[in-house]
Amino acid sequence: MDTDRLIQTLAADHDHRARPVSTQLAMALLVALPVAAAMLLVTLGIRPDFMSAMRNPFFDTKFLVTLALAIPAIVISVHLSKPEASLGRWVWLLLLSPFILIIALIVEMTMPQRAPMMVRIIGKNSSVCSAAITLLSLPILGGAMIALRHGAPSRPAVAGALAGLMSAGLGATFYAAHCADDSPLFVATWYTLAALVVAALGAAVGSKVLRY
Amino acid sequence: MRGRDDEWTDLMRSANAGDSVAYHRLLKSVTPVLRAGARQGLSRAGQPPDQAEDIVQDILLAVHLKRQTWDANAPFAPWLFAIARNKLIDALRRRGRRIFVNIDDFAETIPSEPPAETLPTVEISNHLADLPPRQRDVLRSIAVDSVSIKNTASKLSMTEGAVRVALHRGLASLAAKLRKD
Repeated sequence: MDTDRLIQTLAADHDHRARPVSTQLAMALLVALPVAAAMLLVTLGIRPDFMSAMRNPFFDTKFLVTLALAIPAIVISVHLSKPEASLGRWVWLLLLSPFILIIALIVEMTMPQRAPMMVRIIGKNSSVCSAAITLLSLPILGGAMIALRHGAPSRPAVAGALAGLMSAGLGATFYAAHCADDSPLFVATWYTLAALVVAALGAAVGSKVLRY
Repeated sequence: MRGRDDEWTDLMRSANAGDSVAYHRLLKSVTPVLRAGARQGLSRAGQPPDQAEDIVQDILLAVHLKRQTWDANAPFAPWLFAIARNKLIDALRRRGRRIFVNIDDFAETIPSEPPAETLPTVEISNHLADLPPRQRDVLRSIAVDSVSIKNTASKLSMTEGAVRVALHRGLASLAAKLRKD
């Protein structure tokens, strides 16, 4: 096929214009988030003392930490879907969540402790926590990948890892409503582990499916 | 270069507003620049230039399928050259060559006219045969035989809408097959 004919053909297909990646991602999340929420409600449920827990700042901090990961990861994922984009200074946004977590850790250290450190790390539910966050992240990661396939990232593995962090952040936001362990030490251990697992999964999948 | 880049940006803005003539002009206008960049990249990698046209077509297809990722407030040329570099690197990698793509291979080339004897392009044509029958027939009709969408529809007893869908899916499948090579 000669190039002139290809160009003619592409121009003939010009009526078909895809939506921007940001819109695609919004639509994907609109489907995937209720799925993850339903998974949580049907299996683990919300912790029974949810309303009174909201008065505990360390409980609220969990949502702050997870959303401070998810929202920058969403923004960066959309940015990276442009072919000429690179991570560059955007990477700093990802430090917001660890930063909040470190502040919370410091605050907790300065408080009189009822439970020793190891007890706070292991918590009540550490065996479930990372696995549950990872599982809740999967539908979100799937939706994000489908949406981001409309993009053209120059480094698909990096874009995939960001999709993983986005999914882990959102999945962990749901899980936090169930999680009865509020110690920042617990969050820093098990939530972080889950985020790294999902990011690695996202990088592996992304390097295959986000190539263009 | 400044004037050329601005012209491309304007054309792409018009194209996004639905002007398919502007879109056609844009693709025509970028092609010689892509061709020169592809040749330069191949020769830098110690490859004969005879695959340049396949790379150009691969780039054009990606530009077409990814044009929603261009930000209308940004200049068009950096976006275009980012895609072009990505595709050139891909092509060299598939051919097992060490990758050395200069950042300026595309940005600073002199447009090269199509060579007097048109170099044969094989990749798209090869993959065309492997498409699902409907996509293949529609693409053959429009891309190879230059039949309009309307006449293709009546020739294949399809609706125009169905032809458009098959055309777009066919182009997307071609791009996927080029990627898998």
